[in-house]
Parts: sequence; structure tokens; C-alpha cells
Amino acid sequence: MKIHEYQGKQLLAKYGVTVPRSVVVNHEEQVRAAVEQLGLPVVVKAQIHAGGRGKGGGVKLARTLDDAIDMARTMIGMTLVTHQTGPEGREVRTVLIEEALKIKQEFYLGIVLDRAISRLVFMASAAGGMEIEEVAAHEPEKILKEAIDPAVGLQAFQARKLAFGIGLPKEVVGKAVKFMTALYRAYVDLDASLVEINPFLLTEDGELYALDAKLNFDDNALFRHKEYAELRDLNEEDPLEIEASKYDLNYIKLDGNIGCMVNGAGLAMATMDIIKLAGGEPANFLDVGGGASEERVENAFRILLSDKNVKAVLINIFGGIVRTDMVASGVVAAARNIGIKVPVVVRLEGTNVEKGREVIEQSGLGFVTASGMKDAAEKVVALAS
Amino acid sequence: MSILVDKNTRVVVQGITGKEGSFHTGQMIAYGTKVVAGVTPGKGGAEHEGVPIFDTLADAVKETGANASVIYVPPAFAADAIMEAADAGLPVVVCITEGIPALDMVRAFDYLRDRSTRLIGPNCPGVISPGRCKIGIMPGHIHTEGRVGVVSRSGTLTYEAVHQLTNLNLGQSTALGIGGDPVIGTNFVDALRLFEQDPETDAVVMIGEIGGTAEEQAAQYVRDKMTKPVIGFIAGQTAPPGRRMGHAGAIIAGGKGTAAEKMAAMEDAGIHVVRSPADMGARVAEALR
Repeated sequence: MKIHEYQGKQLLAKYGVTVPRSVVVNHEEQVRAAVEQLGLPVVVKAQIHAGGRGKGGGVKLARTLDDAIDMARTMIGMTLVTHQTGPEGREVRTVLIEEALKIKQEFYLGIVLDRAISRLVFMASAAGGMEIEEVAAHEPEKILKEAIDPAVGLQAFQARKLAFGIGLPKEVVGKAVKFMTALYRAYVDLDASLVEINPFLLTEDGELYALDAKLNFDDNALFRHKEYAELRDLNEEDPLEIEASKYDLNYIKLDGNIGCMVNGAGLAMATMDIIKLAGGEPANFLDVGGGASEERVENAFRILLSDKNVKAVLINIFGGIVRTDMVASGVVAAARNIGIKVPVVVRLEGTNVEKGREVIEQSGLGFVTASGMKDAAEKVVALAS
Repeated sequence: MSILVDKNTRVVVQGITGKEGSFHTGQMIAYGTKVVAGVTPGKGGAEHEGVPIFDTLADAVKETGANASVIYVPPAFAADAIMEAADAGLPVVVCITEGIPALDMVRAFDYLRDRSTRLIGPNCPGVISPGRCKIGIMPGHIHTEGRVGVVSRSGTLTYEAVHQLTNLNLGQSTALGIGGDPVIGTNFVDALRLFEQDPETDAVVMIGEIGGTAEEQAAQYVRDKMTKPVIGFIAGQTAPPGRRMGHAGAIIAGGKGTAAEKMAAMEDAGIHVVRSPADMGARVAEALR
């Protein structure tokens, strides 16, 4: 789960991470009070769940109150397009007004789970303010890393190694150690899946700040952080994906015209792949889960068909322990309840597969049965075009 | 022979009285797996599906001589169950549970580091040596005894591969799902090493997916150490970046972990990579000819 910069900063500040003073506004009328509180100049920052905001015109320096009001007015309601939003962009609804600090140097800090060693890794770099992926790709030596022993957590010596390593002046290393330790404590305590401070700022008067903050949560740990529910911004998510999540369905909308309904994440990805190989374009990723019960299939159908681009549907269910004829009956019943108008290709596999195919073929719904994934993909691509 | 499990495997089920644990205990017994004990704290002394229940895993192991466990407990308690199994000294622990917090698994993984326990999973279908032992949730009947190993990050895609093999009269020595999470106990390299050492495995199907670098590491291992043919498929060739495709670990992050990178690394290492998931079985037959 992703949250906004301002939410991330508020949370991190509770752990002792130093952040610039700021005020959140949703309307230009609130800007005056914000500027009076913070003093000029201020930075006006559009709040969306995507990086690259500066280049898209979503981060601006205001030297006067009028400028600040103008900028906020322009940003609120605008569709901000960055390299991370895709061409459709995101609508800005909230703006952060922040004190402008005197920048001496920009650094980078980040904590991620390193899957290769199954430990958290604290990363630091003198190449701050840049795309860290670019730095990692072209100058990996500029990123310093410390793997963290989960039994004892980040140690001060590790933070010192990083602080001296990225060239922080020795006068601020003590502050940097505190900053990094706070960041690590926040990561663990909040069950984060990513924390990034980019840029990590050194000011001319020798203070350290999180000038930007990216904080993502581990979806698997949300059950023990009920308070995160109010941090979720549904405006940042696809309406169909929100609908799917209500039914515990794993759905991701894509750009093609062939709707897919599959049990299992791996098989669902493989089904998208084979549609593409057959010359088609998948409209979505959808994992209906192991059981593929009538109720789940019906909800899945409803979500798939809400996407007006869908011209045909491919159902690929590997029955597993559930009997295939039962899955077939569920699919038929769900299709009847909904009243499906687009062609549907069904590929079923598993116990009682012959009976399952019979149920599909005799349903009178005009479903096409397929044997094997290749056959299914070719049939659905032909029907969609 | 086979890897990890065989006729002598004696299984204890952690979370035996839950819905999943209860159902799959019945399925495992029906397949012929020796399920010797169950654990549900507070229900010790009772029986379930004819299997004695214990309050602690230590008791279960002491009383029944169990040498493998399977975990069906809910995500919030699963890391604890893994550590309990490791503490009891079980050589093989299979964790089926999906949705365990990543930091719980970081701690559990660390706990296992100095112990002799091999963890399979979590978030996996389990491990089966056809005709000998099934630990997990996979449909037993699609498998046949034979000489092809299967290792995969995905559940139903493992079934798909096994099904294709069985249809071509290619039986399996062992099929295991290693799980779709970022932190897992057994990775591709571990599984490939076991298959390479197993005299009854002639070829291995390796099914990866987007996210992480486990497939690249496996490719390195295959190039340096593996003498048996490996047939590979990567799911998610059409997956968009930055989106979690169902599995917690299946995400292209920061431009890394794409199917294209993985397939290239695997092809470079001499792995027979198929682009279509429908070709996995046929490619094995070809490689063994």
C-alpha cells in the first residue's frame, strides 16, 4: 500500500526523523494561513502516489504569497503526468506547502528488503535528488549498502559507515546516525515495504532533513495496523481494482480486450503471456483463487465485464482438488445470473474434466470449450478480433 | 529415490483442526502420506481424522517420531510455527500459509540460519514425490511416478507443468512449489542442487516468474554445476512494471526483475527456455530424447 508524501513525513516525524515544517492544503483559500505560519519562501508540492513530480510541474518554489496561491490554484485539480503515472496522469487533490530550506547538498537514503539475502538493507548515496534506479544501473559503486541483522537491528557503527561513506561532514555524522536509526525503527515498527528519503538534505546551517519521503506498507501486515485504513487514498486507485478488492479478488486492469479469469497468480500471468503469444492483448490480470466458487466467479465476471474494452473472455481453471464439474456448474450459473453478451472460451482441467466440459457445452450459453492453454488462447484471440 | 520426502516421511500437521489443515490432512492421508500427529495448542489429547493431537510440536515429535511438518496456521501465527518446527529439530518444514508479513519471515529466516531445518515456502502448494508422499495442497491424482523434477514459484502453474508431463507419459520424481513470497526458505538453487544429486531425476522443469533475482542465480548455478537438462518458463512476460501480480514477490521494481532479463540469463546458461507455458512438457520430452 502506498501513501502520500505528507502522510509519510507525518509518520516518520513521530519516530524522530527530521522533516521540514509544512501545512497540507486542499484549497487555494488555505494557502495564506499556511504561508503566514511558515514564512516565505515556500515550496508548493502536488501530492500524488508517483515520483518525478518536479519535472511534471508538480513541485514549485514560491517567493511571494501571490505566487504560492497561484501555484496551489493551478495544481489543485490538475492532471499531473510524470514518467511513473503513465500518459493518463493523476489528478492532484492535495498540495503540501513546505518551508524552503537552504540546500547545501543532497543525498539519498533508503531501506529495502534484499530478497537475495532475506534481510533488510540500508542504502545511502551521495547521488541524491536523482533517480536511484539510474544510479544503480550506471554507477552502482555510488550506492553504499549495510545489511541489517534482524536480531539486533541497525547498529550505530553501520550508520556511521554510511554517513562517512557518502561524505557527510563529521560535525553532522552524529545527527545522521540518529536520523538513520529513527528511519530504521519506523520501517520495522510500521511494517513498511519501502522507505526512501530522496533527497536527504544537508542545509547550509548544518541540519539534516527528509526533503521528500516515500513510505510503502507491506500489504501482508495491514491486519495488524488497522489505523492505516484511513491513510489509503482511493482516488489513487483504479475503481475496478477497488471493487475487486472488496471481494478479495486479485485484479489488475490492463489495456487489452481479452478478459481473463484464472485460478492462481502464476497461471494467471502465464495465461496473459499465452494470449499475447497468440496475437491478442489481455485486458486484465485476475486470480479468482483456488476454489473458484460460483459466488467468486460471478463477482469476477461482473468486474471483468465492467471494462468496456473487453471483447471476449478466457476462463482458465486448473481444478486441482476441487472437482472440475462443480467449477463448471458455478461458471454456468454465474454467467446466467449476469447475462453475458461477449464470447467466452472455457478451459478446464482437473478431476472429472469430461463431465465439466459437458456441463459447459450443454449450458446453452454458447460457451466455447478448449483443450489446453494454447487452444484456449487461439480461440479467444480469434473471437475477440 | 526422490528429494526431500519419501516413503519414510512421517508428517506432523501444524494447525490440524483449522478448515484448511483439517481438509488437507484428509487428502494427504488418502494419498498415502504417513500423517502421524497434529498440533493445535489447547487441543492436546484429542484426535482428528484418526490422528493424535498435541499441544506443542516438541511433544508431537517426541511421541510420534515425526520427521517433517506442514503448516496451515493463519498468517499472523505462521512465522512462530516455522520457528517452533525448527526448534523441534525437524529436517523438513513445509509452510503453505499465504500472506505472512515480510518482516516476520525475515526474522524466521534468520532463526533458521544456524539450524538444520529446511523450510519449503511459505505461500506454496508443498512437495510431492508421486506414489510415496504428498505434503501440501496439490491434487495428488495428476501426478505419476517417474524421473522428472519440477520446481516452481507458482502453485497452479506447477500443476499445469505436471499435467503436461503426465499426459506425455513423463512421470515426476518430486514436484515442489517454493512459494511466491519475497522471503522463502528454499530457493531455486537449493532445489536444483537436490535434483542434481538425486540419482532418480533425469531432468528438471523450473518455473519462475517476475520479481527478484532468484532465476538469475539459478541460471548461474545451472551453468556452473548442473549436468542434467533444465527446462525453464517465466510467467509474467506481459506484466506491467510496478504492479504486484498476485504473489507478494511478483513485482517488477525499479525496472528490475523482468521476465525478459530472466529468460536471457537462463538461455545464456543453457537452460531450455520456452516462451509458451503450453510447451513445458513437450520441451522436456525433446530434451530427454
